[in-house]
Amino acid sequence: MDTLGLLMQGFANALTPMNLLWALAGVTVGTAIGVLPGLGPGLTIALLLPITYKVDPTSAFILFAGIYYGAMYGGSTTSILINTPGESATIITAMEGHKMAKKGRAGAALATAAVGSFVAGTFGTLGITFLAQPVVELALKFGPAEYFSLMILCFVTVSAVLGSSALRGLTALAIGLFFGMIGIDLQSGQPRFTFGILELLDGINVLIVAVGLFAVGETLHLATQKKVDEEVIDIKGPVGMTKEDWKRSWKPWLRGTAFGFPIGAMPAGGAEIPTFLSYYTEKKLSKNPEEFGHGAIEGVAGPEAANNASAAGVLVPMLTLGLPTSATAAIMLSAFQSYGINPGPQLLATQGQLVWTLIASLFIGNVMLLVLNLPLVGLWVKILKIPQPLLYGGILVFATIGTYGISRSVVDLVLLYIVGFMGFMMRRFDFPTSPVIIGMILGPMAEQEFRRAMTISNGDLMIFVQKPLSLALLILAAVAVLAPLVWRVVKRPAPQAA
Amino acid sequence: MSDPTLSEHIESTLPHKLVAFGVVALGLAAAWQTTLIPQVLYTTVGPSAFAWFVAVFLLVLGVMLLLAAFKGGWAADQEGTLSEWGSLGWVTLGLVINAALIEWIGFILASTIMFALVARGFGSDKWLRDGAIGFALAIISYVGFDRILGYKIGSGLIESLI
Repeated sequence: MDTLGLLMQGFANALTPMNLLWALAGVTVGTAIGVLPGLGPGLTIALLLPITYKVDPTSAFILFAGIYYGAMYGGSTTSILINTPGESATIITAMEGHKMAKKGRAGAALATAAVGSFVAGTFGTLGITFLAQPVVELALKFGPAEYFSLMILCFVTVSAVLGSSALRGLTALAIGLFFGMIGIDLQSGQPRFTFGILELLDGINVLIVAVGLFAVGETLHLATQKKVDEEVIDIKGPVGMTKEDWKRSWKPWLRGTAFGFPIGAMPAGGAEIPTFLSYYTEKKLSKNPEEFGHGAIEGVAGPEAANNASAAGVLVPMLTLGLPTSATAAIMLSAFQSYGINPGPQLLATQGQLVWTLIASLFIGNVMLLVLNLPLVGLWVKILKIPQPLLYGGILVFATIGTYGISRSVVDLVLLYIVGFMGFMMRRFDFPTSPVIIGMILGPMAEQEFRRAMTISNGDLMIFVQKPLSLALLILAAVAVLAPLVWRVVKRPAPQAA
Repeated sequence: MSDPTLSEHIESTLPHKLVAFGVVALGLAAAWQTTLIPQVLYTTVGPSAFAWFVAVFLLVLGVMLLLAAFKGGWAADQEGTLSEWGSLGWVTLGLVINAALIEWIGFILASTIMFALVARGFGSDKWLRDGAIGFALAIISYVGFDRILGYKIGSGLIESLI
């Protein structure tokens, strides 16, 4: 069947009342946690992983996808109104959008962010729709060697290229690989890295690591920070745009989408690069570049669209290759695994209905989000006003319930706190945390492909360089590590983004 | 983040060295655990190959971090003042008490205590209000997750009354 026919079938599944409810729940929860500073979609999906034991996969993924898209919308509200970007991708929005809000233009900033997110989300989802099958067809030509090299490229880009230091990024990745090793090796049945602790034979649940790093670690980190009462700027006037605002926004939305989606879809992933690219492009193209830095609407419209489009792009390698390029995608991938579904190029063939329903629900969720974020934005602003002591107390209660609730084991709770303390140290010493999650999920998959490739080649490592595609991917990975070093030598050290 | 070679970061590199030693220690632990994996003869790549890779990778990175630390460390968050370390103490106390008591008095009460202590760590001094909100939140989340979503949170003093 052709793509459109499959998509229509997906819509038929996604439009059932139950699935619509799951989508609504997802986008609502997603927006709420996106609004709350310091909380992200990865943490939320991790906390909800145990529902995979109860709920059928389609509903669970509609929920997760709604959370994923919703958090992108919610994050921009926070950065516009209080100027504390929860994630680095919204730094730009915080820069321009907050300036606009201070000038009494919060309504226009929120509107251009929401409509821009909608435009980008819709085009991004269209991109997923039409790219999925071609990418799968390409991926089906991959053998274990090509897969392994692709994973190496992914490891390198998510840890060494994105972020402020290759050394610290790779260390975070190595810690993730360490976590991924814990438990019984499925091929040989041998326990590894269990330190004689029986509870570790089954491996560490990704829920514990994600919640430990993102909830416990974050809370400990924020507890040591100076308490400043962030002022939430009141939205004066209606949320909406003037004719002039529309005229200035629509091109940046489309350009932002054009930056965000392809970069998000690459094995490198990441939303930072496209948002920065979009910002500087808009600044270059603008008739009044002097407005940038003082609240230019193009500087909100473009980067917000880029941010959302790249979030959609990340789903392409996740759904077609089984390759997670962000922590959230890695956690969603582990949800597939907990259903016994093998992510990878076979996914579209074996779970076609699930994937197409998921894609259809992304379109639906996007429409819901536009409604949730334009007329109802006042509701989310109230969430912003929850005092910090209650917010973080609540986060730790949820962290406890998510962890203790799957196993009723104090060992897991202690493990959660150990990981949380590690996350705190990593935050304090500027180590990125996402590579830990990606390494933990992708590590065992990479090992499996490596062993398959070596079985095929009878133990000859040359297989990775003899296959042209595999060699090309490895060269790309090497370039990705070395190019910034060379760049730094050529150019004097520039200030790096946090 | 500023350039890590700036002299202002040189003054105290002890924390950086400790972090680097931590990574080295993790690498050593990985190596030690790898030696305990029994050899499997019938596969091309056995279970210890990747384990060795992880151990060596961690050791190499740890040594490189150590070198960076001796060269002056890298830009990191500023040292907290004493009162902020106190905050960390309250939150940590909350976590420890939660883990220690949850099996004895149940999720709801243990989490209520943790909630109040964490709120104290974030600067609240309204013990009664925090306790009441924490209690209400714990009950709502217990009902939502245990009774509706089907998580298994176990029994406790309050749980048995609901």
